[in-house]
This record gives sequence, C-alpha cells and structure tokens, in this order.
Amino acid sequence: MSFSRRDFIKASAAGIVVGVFPGCATSGGEIVKKTGQRVVIVGGGFGGATAAKYIRKWSDNKIEVVLIERNPLFISCPMSNTVLGGSRTIEDLTLSYDVLKKKYGINLIKGEVTAIDPEKQTVMLADGHLSYDRLIVAPGVDFMFDKIEGLDAKVADASIPHAWKAGAQTVMLRKQLVAMPDGGVFALSIPKGPYRCPPGPYERACQVAHYLKNNKPKSKVLILDANPDITSKKGLFMAAWNELYPGMIEYRPNSMVTAVNADTRTAKTEFEDVKADVLNVIPPMRSGVVADMAGLATVDARWCGVDFLTYESKARRNIHVIGDAVSAALPKSGHMATSQAKVAAAAIIEMLQGERPDQNPTIANTCYSVVSDKEAMHVANVYRYNAEKQVMVSAEGGGVSAKRSELEGAFAGYWLKNILNDVLL
Amino acid sequence: MIPYRKLFIVIAGFLLFTSAQAAEVSKHARGLAASCSACHGTDGKSEGGMPELAGLDRMLFITSMKEFKSGARPATVMHQHAKGYTDEEFALLADFFAAQKRH
Repeated sequence: MSFSRRDFIKASAAGIVVGVFPGCATSGGEIVKKTGQRVVIVGGGFGGATAAKYIRKWSDNKIEVVLIERNPLFISCPMSNTVLGGSRTIEDLTLSYDVLKKKYGINLIKGEVTAIDPEKQTVMLADGHLSYDRLIVAPGVDFMFDKIEGLDAKVADASIPHAWKAGAQTVMLRKQLVAMPDGGVFALSIPKGPYRCPPGPYERACQVAHYLKNNKPKSKVLILDANPDITSKKGLFMAAWNELYPGMIEYRPNSMVTAVNADTRTAKTEFEDVKADVLNVIPPMRSGVVADMAGLATVDARWCGVDFLTYESKARRNIHVIGDAVSAALPKSGHMATSQAKVAAAAIIEMLQGERPDQNPTIANTCYSVVSDKEAMHVANVYRYNAEKQVMVSAEGGGVSAKRSELEGAFAGYWLKNILNDVLL
Repeated sequence: MIPYRKLFIVIAGFLLFTSAQAAEVSKHARGLAASCSACHGTDGKSEGGMPELAGLDRMLFITSMKEFKSGARPATVMHQHAKGYTDEEFALLADFFAAQKRH
C-alpha cells in the first residue's frame, strides 16, 4: 500500500500527522544558519555526495547544501571485492570529503539524524536541527538481521562479516581469508533479491577463488544462494568459474541461510547445516532505516517509492530519495545512484527556481565485475522514463560483455577513477 | 498610432519563449550527458584511460555513436549504450560535449 500525496495532505489537514514526530523540540537550534534556499542531504555515499556536488555546480552555488554523513571518510563499495583478492587495499578505495567542502562550498556535518519533521521541514541531530526547502534522503541499504537467527550487527562486526558496505568488515574478511587453512571452506551466502549490487556476490566468489588458487589451492568456495539461479551475468560468471577456477567454486541455488552459529561458524539452510572456515553471510536488505523517520519506505515497508522525474517521495512532499533505497526496475549500483542523484539535483534546482523539471530523464548504467587480478566483464544499459507507466524502463540494446578480458579489466580501473572523481573531486 | 508597446510585448514574449525552450533543450542535453561521466569524467573531462569527450568535434561524436550503434565500429561497451539512444539524442550529446573545454 502506498501513502499518496493526497492522503498526506488530508492527514495533515486533519491533524493526524502533526505531532507524531518525536525529537522536534531540540534545544540546540539551527546548526548552520540558513541564509537562502537550502537542500539538506542525509547520507554521503555515491548518491548523496553526487547530489551535493551537482546541486552546487548546476545552481552556480546559489543553493545552499548541507550534507550529513556519519562516517569521516568515503569508502567505495564498487571494486571493494578486489581487496579480498589482494589486487587493491581498502586505502586505495578511501577518499576524503574535503574537496566537496572546499571547492564546492558544501556544509559537511559529521553526525547522525535522529528525526525528520516533514511538516516543519526540519532534520534533527543530537546537537540541534537543520531546516530545509528540499531534503534528499540517500540512506543506502540496511541489513535485515532479524531474518537470520544468531546474526546481528555485533556478530557481523565481530566474526561473521557481510562486508557488503566497504570498510572495516572488508578488511576483517580479507584477514579471515588469509588466516584460513589450505583445504578450508569459504562459505558465501547471498540473500534473495533485490539487494545492493546484483553481480557483486558472484564477483566476490571469483576474487576469493583467485586468492585461494594462488595461496591455498586445496580450498573451496561454497556459494549458498537464496535465489533460484545466478541473478546477473550468469554465462560470464559460469565461464569464469569453470575456466579460471576449475573445481574450486561450488554453487548451490535455492539455499537461503536462516540461522548461523557464530561459535561453530555454521550456517543453516532449509536443507543442511554448512560448517565453514570463513563464513560470509550477506543478509537480506532494505532501504536505510533513516527512511522510516519520515515514513518513506512505501514499498513492502522495505523500499522507497519515488516519482522518477524528480525522485520526490511518493509519501512526502519536498523529500527526495535516491540510490539503493529506491524501489525501481533499476540495478542498485553506484553508477545508478549517481545518475539518479543528477536527475534529482537538476529537478530540485528547477523546482526551487519555479521551472518545470526535465520530462524525459534518460540515464545509463555501466557495471564492471572483476574476476581475477586482471580480467573483468560488464553489464551496460540505458534506462528511460516511460510517461504512461511513470517508471524507468530498460532501453534497447543493453547487454553484457561478449567475454571477459584484460582490456575490460583496465576499463574497470578507469571507470573507478572517473566515477570517484565525478562524485567527490 | 502604431501600438509599439503591444508589439514590444509580443516580441519580448516570443524571445522569452524561445530562450526558455533553448534552455530546456540544453538542460535535457546536460542531463543526458551527466550519465556518461562515470566512465568519461565530469562534463566529459576524462581523468584517465577513457576517451575525453569534452571539446570533441560534434561530427566526430555523432559519426562514432552511429558506427557503434550499427556495429560498424567494434567496442566492448559503447555498442550497447549507443543502441539505447536516438539520433536526436546523439546530436544533443554532441552539442553538449563540443561546448565543453578540454582539460
């Protein structure tokens, strides 16, 4: 069920909505003095950081931008599987937000949002609040740990990492892999879709196998996939597994992990208990929980429904949602988040200036999977707005690589360099 | 007496209308081009590896895209993206990138 704009207006008029948001009465006051039209952005990942930069760039710095991010540094999730394989370090993927502050005049607030008041157009933090004309919520994904017995955020941090947000868990998983005995089992579980980065888990299997092949050749990668089949680049991944890592990767479809035992490193599926030397459980995902502070997760209480011309929430006026949190027939990728961010940025500027946003947004996605220290392959698509159905649909001609290659491995590196530059520099 | 005032309003209105149209077209082109920057750099200014699109001659851009689309020019990725765009969009993208300074 979705909460339409009209419903919202009715609810507001009836006084139902007003007053249900706790934490409105913060004492700290306005954290950054508002002097003109202002966009506040919650979340500085690929989507949020891009929106921040492009609102400044495309408004000739006329619109104020405040970006709220809890992490001190930006760490790229794309290409972070290569940290497991050993061809990159996490430092290679880590960037500062300094250029966004200095070059683009973005107010960066390190902190966490505690509440959103859509009526007063205010975002609350521990030490005060921020008023906005438009709010962009770019919360990425959060994990539904309650779907897996024995797993929670603490267990993931301590011993059974998902490493599905690049950072400390990526480094821990690499350490666990390096510490694994030769002849051991690396078990990787994949949740039912939709999840962030559809080909990512299969790429990870390749990167882990690449390390094992060169260092612990008697070992095995076991993939427990909750989905009935490989969800992305199937032919290419099967070829990579069979040709580069023969006999090393075992794939089990329809194998949803429902429980884990952290002490024995055991994963439980409907059919079996799997004991592993390294257990890498990627839990089911939903939009980042910040979305719930304004009732934005309108689709299955999990993903956020938006108007694809503006990325404005279907539930709340003046609040936009971009990136992995959005419910769409678009892949949850870094490139897609940046493209959505730019559509939203342009639309917000136009609406704040009283103009009509582009009625025909057309965006592209290129996603590389790196399957060894050298070779990669891609999936590429153009997506356009379908006015009749009011959704984004795949344009003609998209597809995957004819075959993996070292040339595409080089392109994957250039892609990373250019997209990080586009987002942060 | 000629109603200059009225004439002025009509002409000014026409000019405003056409410039608003041009602005809308260029903003659409800017939006189209924005998706290219993940590989080709912000405004087509490549940071390495991928071809620079900024400042590219528009005929060269359009011809390349048409050749990618038809398959006359082989590619790893661009034949797939090219098929997703119309000839009109190639022209808009060509205008946008031709207007950017190389870096």
